[in-house]
Amino acid sequence: MKSKILSLLLLCVLVVTSVIVGCAPEAPEARPTIKIGVLGALDFESGKHFGYGAKMAVDEINAAGGVLVNGVRYDMEAVIVDSNEMLSVADAVAAAENLITLDKVNCIVGCLRSEAVLGIQDVAADYKTIYLSSSSAPEQSMRVAKDYDRYKYWFRVGTVHSGNAGKIIFGGADLVANAVRRDLGIDTPKVAVVLEKLTWTEPMIPAAQGLLPKLGMEIVGIWQPSATASDVTAELSDIKDSGAHMIMRVVSGPITSVLDKQWGELQIPAALCGFNLEGTSYGFWENTMGKCNYAELTSVNADVKASDITLPFYDNFVERYGELPLLGATMAYDSPYILKAAIERADTLDSDALVIEIEKTDQPISNAPRCTFDPLGSELPHEMTFGPGYMTGYSMQWQDGKLMCVWPDGRPFLGDKKWEGLRYEGTVDYKLPPWMVEYWKSK
Amino acid sequence: MAKIIVNGLVSGGVYAVLAVGFSLVFGVARILNMAHTAFYMIAAFFIFVCTVMSGFPLLLSVALAIFLVSVVGILCHKLFFDRIKEHTIPVMLVSVGLAILFQELLVMGFGGTYRAIPPLVAGFVEIAGVRVPWQHLLALGTSIVILIGLWLLLSKSRLGKAIRAVANDREIANVMGIDVGWVCTITVGISAGLAAIAGAIVAPIVMVHPLMWMQPLVITLAAVVLGGLGSIRGSVIGAFILGFAETATVFLMPMGSFLKGAVALGIMIVVLLLRPDGLFGVIFEEERL
Repeated sequence: MKSKILSLLLLCVLVVTSVIVGCAPEAPEARPTIKIGVLGALDFESGKHFGYGAKMAVDEINAAGGVLVNGVRYDMEAVIVDSNEMLSVADAVAAAENLITLDKVNCIVGCLRSEAVLGIQDVAADYKTIYLSSSSAPEQSMRVAKDYDRYKYWFRVGTVHSGNAGKIIFGGADLVANAVRRDLGIDTPKVAVVLEKLTWTEPMIPAAQGLLPKLGMEIVGIWQPSATASDVTAELSDIKDSGAHMIMRVVSGPITSVLDKQWGELQIPAALCGFNLEGTSYGFWENTMGKCNYAELTSVNADVKASDITLPFYDNFVERYGELPLLGATMAYDSPYILKAAIERADTLDSDALVIEIEKTDQPISNAPRCTFDPLGSELPHEMTFGPGYMTGYSMQWQDGKLMCVWPDGRPFLGDKKWEGLRYEGTVDYKLPPWMVEYWKSK
Repeated sequence: MAKIIVNGLVSGGVYAVLAVGFSLVFGVARILNMAHTAFYMIAAFFIFVCTVMSGFPLLLSVALAIFLVSVVGILCHKLFFDRIKEHTIPVMLVSVGLAILFQELLVMGFGGTYRAIPPLVAGFVEIAGVRVPWQHLLALGTSIVILIGLWLLLSKSRLGKAIRAVANDREIANVMGIDVGWVCTITVGISAGLAAIAGAIVAPIVMVHPLMWMQPLVITLAAVVLGGLGSIRGSVIGAFILGFAETATVFLMPMGSFLKGAVALGIMIVVLLLRPDGLFGVIFEEERL
């Protein structure tokens, strides 16, 4: 009797379980993935942001339905790897190769240091893998021009080569010089040029010597401290003695924080402008103890309304990560969207077909109204098109703890009237440091 | 000329703070401690954590850092250097390994981002038309105070006599009843403490990051070797010579200011070729410290 009851109970449990399981909704079939290898020096703020940007884009794309290829929906997956490029170029190149051979990524995104990008370009060429990079050395696009079939897989996204970067830097100097003329009545502002001693800044010397006088400035000296200099008070003393009204600095190494901090500590009576790689990072204000106030710097990002994507991207990024996006964040955010569009147009994941479609890219991105790439036949193919309506870059200035966009400011750019009237919503006026104004007005 | 003198004195003072402790530990314990500037880095990070991250008062943080780093120095000595002290090269290699270990631990904990710690004295002063941060003058003053303090310790105190005895001849000192091991340990502790003081004084001038130990190590070694290994006075003078050499390079060759380190080290090489014992290695032979 007991065994019959037990058997009946067991049968009931089995029936009920089967019904429950049978009524349960089917688990969604996992979509196949398109893997994007993301490289960044994860021990540094600038490197971490590559991962942040890529992850954010990939999550958005997947939430919106993924990528449609040949009738099949694919998810994107960001495989984020430490390039260690700031300490070892060889590590970055090895990381890229591992992404392709071990992680089997479909494409690679990222890397900031030009030497590392050059090495990874070769790896991408060897494996015929799409590579969207940052960095600025024009050698990368020169390779595309010289040997298109091998290097066609590489594109520069989210930033400009050093030639155009130089134009933005000089544009910033022009902006500051204009303020010196306006506020201090000095017709020919004197400029001290400070360039960290690295390969990528060497072309800035002849460029500065040629362009700054044409813009109505006088160069009083060129200083080239080491990129790893930990104390530049001697250089700053010398600059003050030179009578400079402006310091145009181009720095990316450990000297970035030291220079701006000591400039502010000593209240050197010269407006600081130019390029500082770490200068637009969220922690830069704290790291310089606020001494970077009134420092101007070039950036490829700004929270102004450059496109319909810009401000929502900024808001979402700050909400998600609690920081302002650096260069790596925007390029790594835009790259998956560029790839998605190209893949869907090509309707394949084949790299050669994707190259053709990426070359046809014409879409708004997070830091420019329109992203197109200079075509084969141009001097530097696969570079982002530079100019009004396209990638322009920005001049930013720290103003009392906030990083504000001060250029494009509506004036002609380096004498080019095509830029007249270009001023994004959210741009403010540039301000000279008050101690500098006081110093020169008392002279 | 005024700016070279002023900036040279200031730079020299900064290097002297680091060189003194290094010279002391070599003179007594015969340890070429390449982790000396790593102790300075640990102190800087500790002060950063206490002040910027935790809001502790700066002076308290500095005092705690000096104590902590002295303990770390003593532990390193007892656990590593003391066991192989008869072998100079292995000691040097072990100390390099320790420095890199500390570096990597700090990278893991803090990343590679550059950070700032507040200065003990903010602002600047104009001397002969040259703007000098007060913190730089503090470094210069500290190096003078340290030198005087060390001279008093070594010449007037019982501990100082014991230290000098061990530095002169360890075996005889041992025979005379001096606990050589204990004296070496105390010396290492003092040296690490001096590195921590350097961290408090110098770190607000530079930026705090896990690689900050490397560049000062080269200059510290150069100052000590230039002045004469084992001579504290020599290492201080060597530090000032290097400071002036670097400053002169910046002012006389602005486009070559990246070479300031190389010029200073080049001067060291030339001096050593002429006087292999260093500038003051013979003059201060009997002092040895």
